[in-house]
Amino acid sequence: MEGDFDWAVIWKSRQILWDGFLVSLQLFGIALAGGIVFGTLLALARLSSWRVLAWPATGFVNLIRSIPFIMAIFWFYFLTPMVMKKLTGQQGEAVGPFMSAVVAFIMVESAYYSEIIRAGIQSIPRGQPHAALALGMTYWQAMGQVVLPQAFRNMLPIMLTQAIILFQDTSLVYVVGLKDFLGAASKQGQITGRLVELYVFVAFAFFIICFLASQLVKRLQRRIAVR
Amino acid sequence: MDWSVLLQTAPSGGMTYLGWLGSGTMWTLLVSLFAWVIAFSLGSILGILRTTPLPIARAIATGYVELFRNIPLLVQMFLWYFVVPEVIPKAWGDYLKTQFPNLVELPFAQFSMLEFTAAVLCLGLYTASRVAEQVRAGIESLPRGQTNAGLAMGFTLPQVYRFVLLPMAYRIIVPPMTSEFLTIFKNSSTALTIGVLELTAQSRQISEYTFKTFEAFTAATLIYIVITMSVILAMRWLEGRVSVPGYIAKAGAH
Repeated sequence: MEGDFDWAVIWKSRQILWDGFLVSLQLFGIALAGGIVFGTLLALARLSSWRVLAWPATGFVNLIRSIPFIMAIFWFYFLTPMVMKKLTGQQGEAVGPFMSAVVAFIMVESAYYSEIIRAGIQSIPRGQPHAALALGMTYWQAMGQVVLPQAFRNMLPIMLTQAIILFQDTSLVYVVGLKDFLGAASKQGQITGRLVELYVFVAFAFFIICFLASQLVKRLQRRIAVR
Repeated sequence: MDWSVLLQTAPSGGMTYLGWLGSGTMWTLLVSLFAWVIAFSLGSILGILRTTPLPIARAIATGYVELFRNIPLLVQMFLWYFVVPEVIPKAWGDYLKTQFPNLVELPFAQFSMLEFTAAVLCLGLYTASRVAEQVRAGIESLPRGQTNAGLAMGFTLPQVYRFVLLPMAYRIIVPPMTSEFLTIFKNSSTALTIGVLELTAQSRQISEYTFKTFEAFTAATLIYIVITMSVILAMRWLEGRVSVPGYIAKAGAH
């Protein structure tokens, strides 16, 4: 069977694959940053003694976490253009598929990250924020200067592991036809009739990146643990 | 909003759109449960192997976990569905592609045993790597003294696992296993990319046929929530049944 494969097709498709890879990378970067920022806010809202904040935040996180990622992508693919139209009042100003995917990923990742960050905040002894408040710090000072820096340090390995999972999850935008790494390979495979070679290449590339990244995380984890 | 759309007859053999959702739910459950059987049994074996003192067994199990954990599930789905039939001997590949009976035949789409098998196998083998990590963590969380005491009392290594380590480890890992079990239902939606008409796929079909996207997606979301809730309740009951008195203090800590 081996004679039937044409691995040169990967070299020939390098530009398209690279463009797709950059789309994946962009989506990854934006979703990671947005997920951590909104995830932190969600976690703070969930831990708030203010029920008006805590309940909607809890509901949102539980809702997102009980549906498949693909279902969430479909939801935001459907909702984002509608909401944007309402907000801007513009007609016909179409929101591109990339924009919808970005919104979906930020929403889903912020729900996932909020769970990690909430656990991190709860791992800090309650006496610390109490002491900070007793010293006259405001809520944001106590959180920003006492609790969160320690929490983030404890959470770093889990957050990085989640980032690797997020990088893998970017491939799911395939379902809305975006030309990410996998989408580009798939399109190119259909054009050239070389799906097998291109899918194997994508799997190999993902494996190398994620494996090396997870080894780095492991090393970091060991260094943090020694302290 | 117009919920009555779900009760309208769909353009397929007298079924309503609600029927499509029901059929999708059934395939979501079937794919997930069959995959879970593979994931749980293979994952247990791999997880145990990773804690044994046998270097080769550990290396194989570690290699498996690293391989399956570092490739996106969707890419793995394509590997099983598009690549495997091309790589195996041609006669087998042709057999797979032509001889499997159709499971669901609707005017717009159908899928056969081939898609179903690929989805189950892919999801099962992928989840096995995650289960293996939980099983390993459960065993490693037990004090080394338990293994040593077992061996000192004259147990063989398999006996130590059977009578000392595993009965404790499996009880400890009920909460993380619950979340793996929940994840498999959610991950089963990736099967839609190879044509399995599970719940997410059916809700999208309804949205495309009726333009009632909000209603279709809400219905599917509610069904997913019901599945999640049922699993959580069932596992909570199981956790109560198997909990070791005085060992796991933090009830409902997840």
